[in-house]
Amino acid sequence: MTATPVAAKPRAIASGAQQKLLAFASLIALLVFFSLASPNFLQTANILAILQATSVNGVLAIAATLVIITGGIDLSVGTLMTFTAVIAGVVLTFWGLPMPLGVIAAIAAGTACGFISGSLVARMKIPPFIATLGMMLILKGLSLVISGTKPIYFNDTPSFPLISTGSLIGSIFPAVPVPNGVLILFLLALAISWMLNRTTLGRYCFALGSNEEAVRLSGVNADGWKVAIYALAGGICGIAGLLIASRLNSAQPALGQGYELDAIAAVVIGGTSLAGGRGSILGTIIGALIMGVLLNGLRIMSVAQEWQTVVTGAIIIFAVYADMLRRRRAG
Amino acid sequence: MLNRRSLMAALAAGTLLATSSLAMAQDKMYIPLVSKGFQHQFWQAVKAGADKAAAEFGVDVTFEGPDTEAQVDKQMDMLAAALAKKPAAIGFAALDSQAATPLLKQAQDAGIPVIAFDSGVDSDIPATTVTTDNLAAAGMAADKMAELIGGAGKVALVVHDQTSRTGIDRRDGFVNRMKEGHPDIEIVDIQYGAGDQLQSTEITKAILTANPDLKGIFGANEGSAIGVLNAIKETGTTGVVVIGYDSGAAQKEAIRSGAMAGAITQNPVGIGYETVKAAIAATKGETLPKTIDSGFKWYDKTNIDDPEVAAVLYD
Repeated sequence: MTATPVAAKPRAIASGAQQKLLAFASLIALLVFFSLASPNFLQTANILAILQATSVNGVLAIAATLVIITGGIDLSVGTLMTFTAVIAGVVLTFWGLPMPLGVIAAIAAGTACGFISGSLVARMKIPPFIATLGMMLILKGLSLVISGTKPIYFNDTPSFPLISTGSLIGSIFPAVPVPNGVLILFLLALAISWMLNRTTLGRYCFALGSNEEAVRLSGVNADGWKVAIYALAGGICGIAGLLIASRLNSAQPALGQGYELDAIAAVVIGGTSLAGGRGSILGTIIGALIMGVLLNGLRIMSVAQEWQTVVTGAIIIFAVYADMLRRRRAG
Repeated sequence: MLNRRSLMAALAAGTLLATSSLAMAQDKMYIPLVSKGFQHQFWQAVKAGADKAAAEFGVDVTFEGPDTEAQVDKQMDMLAAALAKKPAAIGFAALDSQAATPLLKQAQDAGIPVIAFDSGVDSDIPATTVTTDNLAAAGMAADKMAELIGGAGKVALVVHDQTSRTGIDRRDGFVNRMKEGHPDIEIVDIQYGAGDQLQSTEITKAILTANPDLKGIFGANEGSAIGVLNAIKETGTTGVVVIGYDSGAAQKEAIRSGAMAGAITQNPVGIGYETVKAAIAATKGETLPKTIDSGFKWYDKTNIDDPEVAAVLYD
């Protein structure tokens, strides 16, 4: 019985590679197109602005990818991000503790919430859509309650904004001041990509998505692994919370709802299947970049805001449709 | 791959259409407005004013704002994209002044003048702030009240709060104007209802009970004014003149039915228009006053449907 999930894996990687190539080609096409359309697009400052704008959505999309590969969905990533930002605000501003504690608290809070979501899904068998919808609202409410509905500023922790807006790379290569937030996104992507492809946790992540029953029947603690993946996704949302709070120098408690959909869109454009069992972090990063480039490019071209939304929606549908066609032909 | 190619072609065609209109207007001055919102009627009215000024002065204007006033990071992305376009000047209504400071510094370093509008930006970078003169607007409400109650009698105020700038200015504007211009009118009570309709209703009921000879009530924002109306309806009070602030479907209906004598409306169209006008002046190096009043209007049953008034009202 173990054969099923294990056999599913190489195929997942092979088809994933093609989709990644396709998504990458689309990204390059968009970059070329916008560069031709406006001289202001391909400027260092603008490219950095796109990366900066993508960093938070990219990190959230990594979290969403993990859950989606298991065949689940996580609607709480956006408000969980906000919740962890508020927790960082409580630790750093309300309690005046040193910065590393705030960072740890945010990631720990995210992991704990992910653990709860995972337990609701895996142990109590509540459908992921409902469990995480409930968590989304609970966390949205708690963020408002804890913060007193007002933004919490990090003025007492002057180094906090540097987490996202400082530039380690820029201090070595002054010509390319890539913000730390972007660096964190790419390092995280590498780490999670390695985890998915090289570790037991990663293998079970795919296996749960392609055939959960088989995993269960082969005597593996399927529920335990699933909870672990949700908890990991929650911890990653904690990183997103730190990035956004650091960028805004404040925890904005009312923000977050709707961000889960941006994250899921990036995952889907990147070729991860909503049915589970198939997907990649590289694809997700490319998906997030496509969304960032698209929105920025349309703005640079002064396309009216109403139409920006229309185009973004159309691109999501086209990307998924193109992927389906290609796979139907391959299969 | 065929489908992918046709998708790209469709995208290219669509965007080429957009660029062609942009290309024609390349040498025009470009002024982006980054607002606190986009979909709300109030912001659409600000946009209409900006578009009007753009047509009149021959400049290019874009108007963007996040879906909700919570999305501070999305507003930052919009501001960053606007700056990347190397605009002549920029109009900005900050959701969070602190978060915007690095980008505003970037604008300042690039020599791009910033015009703050609506509630403005808490910083000294903006060349000017285009906003409603709430003191003067509430003063006008006081004059109208005096006129409607015959220059003498007791009046009360229901205000949204005593801490926000608009709350303080509208209260003081009304009270001071009464003291200076209408000495026979006595202000018997000023209460605060957080702009909450229900809370304002209860407050108003208490005021009405305590002052049976009350002649008029001023509700200083939309929620306060609706609360006042509710209380009058629930208690069956007659003969009290109600003056409101801003618009919204409920207030407009009350004015049409006669339950409310009239209201002050801010001029969102004027905010958009004056912002663009000030931006053009700033690029020419003209000195601007610290604030520019975008104007306000009194509206009642007689002029609510005038095109000029209807244009600044929202549902």
